[in-house]
Amino acid sequence: MQSETKPGSPIKSLLRSALDAMLIPFLAILTAVILGGIIIAVVRGNPFLAYYGLLDGSFGSAKALSETAVWATPFIFAGLAVALAFKGGLFNIGAEGQLAIGATVAALVGYALPDWLGVDIPAIIHLPLTIIVGMAAGALWAAIVGFLKAYTGGHEVINTIMMNYIALNTISFLLNGVMKDNAPNNVSARTPLIAESARIPTIFEGLRIHWGFIFALLVAFLVWWMLNKTTLGFEIRTVGANPDAAKYAGINVKRTIILTMALSGMLAGLAGTIEVAGLNYRHELGFSIGYGFDAIAIALLGKSHPLGVVLAAILFAAMRNGGTRMQFLTQMPVDLISMLQALILLFVAADAIVRYLYRIRAQGERVVLTRGWGG
Amino acid sequence: MDWKRFGFIFLIIVILFGAVVLVGHTKSSPIIIITSMMATTIAVATPLTLGALSGVFCERSGVVNIGIEGMMLSAAFFGWLAAIYMFHIFGFGIGISITVGALFAVLAGALMGLLLAVLSITYKVDQIIGGTVINILAIGLTGFLNRQMFFGKGSIFGGQIPNSPGVLPTIHIPIEEIFIPLCKSANCIEIVDSINKVFDQKPIAISAILLVFIAHYVLFYTRWGLRTRAVGEHPKAADTVGINVIKMRYANVIIGGALAGLAGAYFTIESVPSFEPLLTNGRGFISLAAMIFGNWTPIGAWTAALVFGASQALNIKMQLFRDVIPPQWAFLQQSYVVGLIPYILTMIILTGIIGRTTPPAADGVPYEK
Amino acid sequence: MAENKIVLEAKGITKKFPGVLANDNVNFDLRNGEIHALLGENGAGKSTLMNILYGLYHPESGEVTVEGNKMQLNSSRDAIKHGIGMVHQHFMLIPVFTVTENIMLGEETSHRASPNENPLVKLDRKEVAQKVRDLSHQYGLEVDPDAIVGDLPVGIQQRVEIVKALYRKANILILDEPTAVLTPQEAEDLSRIMHDLTEKGVSIIFITHKLKEVLAIADRITVMRAGRVVGTALPKETNEAKLASMMVGREVILTVQKEPAKPAEEVLKVEDLHVKDVRGLESVRGVSFSVRAGEVLGIAGVQGNGQTELAEALTGLRHIESGRFTLSGKDLTGKTPRLITETGLAHIPEDRQRHGLVLSYSVADNMALCDYYQPRFSKGVVIQQAQVDANAKKLIKEYDVRTPSAFVNAGKLSGGNQQKVIVARELSRPVKLVIASQPTRGLDVGSIEYIHKEIIIMRDRGVGVLLVSAELDEILSLSDRIAVMYRGQIVATVDRKDATREQLGLWMAGVHETV
Repeated sequence: MQSETKPGSPIKSLLRSALDAMLIPFLAILTAVILGGIIIAVVRGNPFLAYYGLLDGSFGSAKALSETAVWATPFIFAGLAVALAFKGGLFNIGAEGQLAIGATVAALVGYALPDWLGVDIPAIIHLPLTIIVGMAAGALWAAIVGFLKAYTGGHEVINTIMMNYIALNTISFLLNGVMKDNAPNNVSARTPLIAESARIPTIFEGLRIHWGFIFALLVAFLVWWMLNKTTLGFEIRTVGANPDAAKYAGINVKRTIILTMALSGMLAGLAGTIEVAGLNYRHELGFSIGYGFDAIAIALLGKSHPLGVVLAAILFAAMRNGGTRMQFLTQMPVDLISMLQALILLFVAADAIVRYLYRIRAQGERVVLTRGWGG
Repeated sequence: MDWKRFGFIFLIIVILFGAVVLVGHTKSSPIIIITSMMATTIAVATPLTLGALSGVFCERSGVVNIGIEGMMLSAAFFGWLAAIYMFHIFGFGIGISITVGALFAVLAGALMGLLLAVLSITYKVDQIIGGTVINILAIGLTGFLNRQMFFGKGSIFGGQIPNSPGVLPTIHIPIEEIFIPLCKSANCIEIVDSINKVFDQKPIAISAILLVFIAHYVLFYTRWGLRTRAVGEHPKAADTVGINVIKMRYANVIIGGALAGLAGAYFTIESVPSFEPLLTNGRGFISLAAMIFGNWTPIGAWTAALVFGASQALNIKMQLFRDVIPPQWAFLQQSYVVGLIPYILTMIILTGIIGRTTPPAADGVPYEK
Repeated sequence: MAENKIVLEAKGITKKFPGVLANDNVNFDLRNGEIHALLGENGAGKSTLMNILYGLYHPESGEVTVEGNKMQLNSSRDAIKHGIGMVHQHFMLIPVFTVTENIMLGEETSHRASPNENPLVKLDRKEVAQKVRDLSHQYGLEVDPDAIVGDLPVGIQQRVEIVKALYRKANILILDEPTAVLTPQEAEDLSRIMHDLTEKGVSIIFITHKLKEVLAIADRITVMRAGRVVGTALPKETNEAKLASMMVGREVILTVQKEPAKPAEEVLKVEDLHVKDVRGLESVRGVSFSVRAGEVLGIAGVQGNGQTELAEALTGLRHIESGRFTLSGKDLTGKTPRLITETGLAHIPEDRQRHGLVLSYSVADNMALCDYYQPRFSKGVVIQQAQVDANAKKLIKEYDVRTPSAFVNAGKLSGGNQQKVIVARELSRPVKLVIASQPTRGLDVGSIEYIHKEIIIMRDRGVGVLLVSAELDEILSLSDRIAVMYRGQIVATVDRKDATREQLGLWMAGVHETV
């Protein structure tokens, strides 16, 4: 069920609602880009060369496009995870941990299962199994927080952050210990490579872009469909919009909260799983640091709408990818990208600033998640 | 303080201290171990105490502050940067450099507080999002500048980190000077000496404890405290008696930022004279748990911060006793394992099993006239 | 003469809000020692005018003079300076503070402090507490300075508000809907207090929408409608009907026309129900009653005597400690809201914006809020939007909901139309019992008439109606039987024909003797 849109074909209404929401984020990006250019100029760089490098590095060749897609894949999943939680009125800052847990468990199934069973497993079983287990691990990691919120009122912001650190510590322990890659010249905390049968094939010869990217786009569509066209999605959104009315309407609020967190964690777990199965073929400590916060920025930038999330994810991926080329051309450190992203986030969050700058009238609902600490 | 909470705190303290004593008693006497744990606990609890106080001021006035972590991080970086500049570029002495560094840290925290205030009070951005923006901004800003200033080729310091002027000195409280002359045995001297070590703390740690009591007095016995609490419970009521809600909130959030800034200073000016990206490591969030567990009171928050500090101290002390750990406890050595304690403690506390807590009634709600 | 001196005068006050002209060139004056009532229905602009007088809103134009001095209208400090005090409808008290702390807030030291004085000055609770005791005695408004306000009964809280104003040396007191939360007995106490105050030199403005009260208490009555002053009258020269038509602008039928009830079999049976409130205190303490199909049982009682918790328990929103209830014989104790709804219970909630609607959803979605999963709206897990929209269009027409379309956000509708959406939704299911909690709170007269008519229509269709209302007139007008709730128990049950306002008032105040 959608608010404020006339009934029409699903694709049309999807596009229209996305367009409405895109104006502010677009302007926020524009403002951040301008501000970033000023910062570059101040530290004696060339803004135009820098941005050219950024664009060239992200879209300027087949390799560039492939790399951007590769970066975008986990961003899409993680962004969807946070966006789904937002829709349900929950703030999932734990995407980082859920992602890492998903990756670790997926890697385990990927490299250890054939050894345990003593046989080679056909890809048609091994790959889906790896993915499903990774999803389930992420879902479980988040569901714990959902359960605590539903039944004890423990606020999910702090609990998900704590779970992040618990995940980090646990995975460090495992990757330095029992799960460590025992190859003779390895000193890093990482797992062995996963079996061939657990890997996602690439799409084109010679490029890293793999089918996980296509899968990500498909999942984005599924999430949109679930949220807006199904009874479950209605329940999630209603609990997010007004939990009191949801209870009155007969919705089991506690169950919905747990389910929302589980689905969110599942998507984050997918992010980690697909990275392992499609790109790195192993999980290494430190590989996923920062995805959690990026996911939040992407979800906010995409206004928690699946299509917006996809676009925002591609934008962030482009920035990451193009950053190396930008650095090559202009000596601007890649950290400038983080600065730019932080600025974009600032302007999206404080959309009132952007509205004031560009004289746009306020409309629509304000995102209100903070309802105190419960308890 | 109700008995459930008190009992829980007591239990955890006993377990933590007990664990260290059990492991290390073959190497040192229990009293030495206990006092040494206490000394370390007070020191490492410093950023948690200050972070929790920051939370108390912000939230008592009605503004949720998730950005304490980011405020600490920015303060740690900018304070450190200022100290280095003062020492290497302006040529001041060590003492002045680090003092200026500490002041800059507080200033950086206050500025981040101002940013949070602008976002959440004036622009009415959702406060959790606002706090998250602060955190992300802090990570991006400090990461970028850290690289720029020290590692880039054209950077000011030519690609290597200069030596930090140092850290704040420990202040000696003359307990042993008074009591040792009364001692009759060498054992007694050792004990008095180790007790003295509990009280020998660095300036920021001492300030943190003082600030706890100052905050308590201000919050519950002065006009400022009454108005702050009113604004956090029922801002409309405060407005109708002529209190400027917006100004009160701004002021308290900036104060909160400054306190978080002092916490940040602890990391690079008092604890270890160097900066590492993400060195705050979740301490800002644990401060929030301490604040919640302390029921938004300064003294309660301090008690909780000490408990968290103790679990961190456990981790540190375990490293000292690596060689004498009985094999069945060997896993405790791994800092990953013991390091989990603060986080799990936090989650347990948040379930409210140890006691329900009541936040200020208008906490998190932007004020509309 | 001193009695006729004008102490406060407002001239040409105009106040605009986005889309609404709340005050349109309003003139108003208050004489020394009088009780001047400001009458009007919800949305007429009375509260806006008072908020302007108290400095909380700034008018677009107009000026206010107090004792001849022009008043700055920047903040409530200005109003306080001029001796104006205000007691709001929803109390401006901080529940966790003591009486003393609430009274001293803003004026923490004994001398009149300016806002820029030392913020770290120590609070002198003892001194203020003594002053509060002195004031209490002086004006006959007994309050305990050390009590925690949140624990005090509503009537006492109101006294604290009045003492708060007197502490600031107010000689003009504005009371906004003061009797909304009082029992008839407490309302009488209040009117005695008001007369005492006027004898001691205080002049009072009070806002209300209650006709009987205004004729009983006021010295002068000013009627407002749609932002304008419609006229001023003296109580002895007017009556309820005249005032009502001034308020609404047309003839108003003050009682609902209805046929006698034809009650049939029992639909709701409640047996010895015990329910706790949010704070864990028992608020429903052994309630038993029944409602038959085709009758309206009205539960009378001032808010806060357990009615809210009772309604929540019967709709599955609150845990039942002990006791049970059945709907058409089926035991629904402790069952989920969904099962209760499916068994045939409809609920018009007390707080329509919090429980009844999702304001950010469209009218169409709100109309399917409880039934979205039913076969008529969903095929399996997939929601059939076209069916939802068609249903909404039908109901909008049937219930005359004023909205530009079915796709507008419910938040944009007026209170009355929002209530209509809820009523439409609830009644478009097969229903055996309707629980209507404070169904006309905050609505304009037209909507009130409509809702009352709907309740009688429901009744005549054979539905049982449990009406919970703090408005005694509403209870008397609609009910076939009346039960009075006081401190969590039903203290009396009578047939409508045997009920009098006086008797009900006594029961509502906990007095057990019969008049």
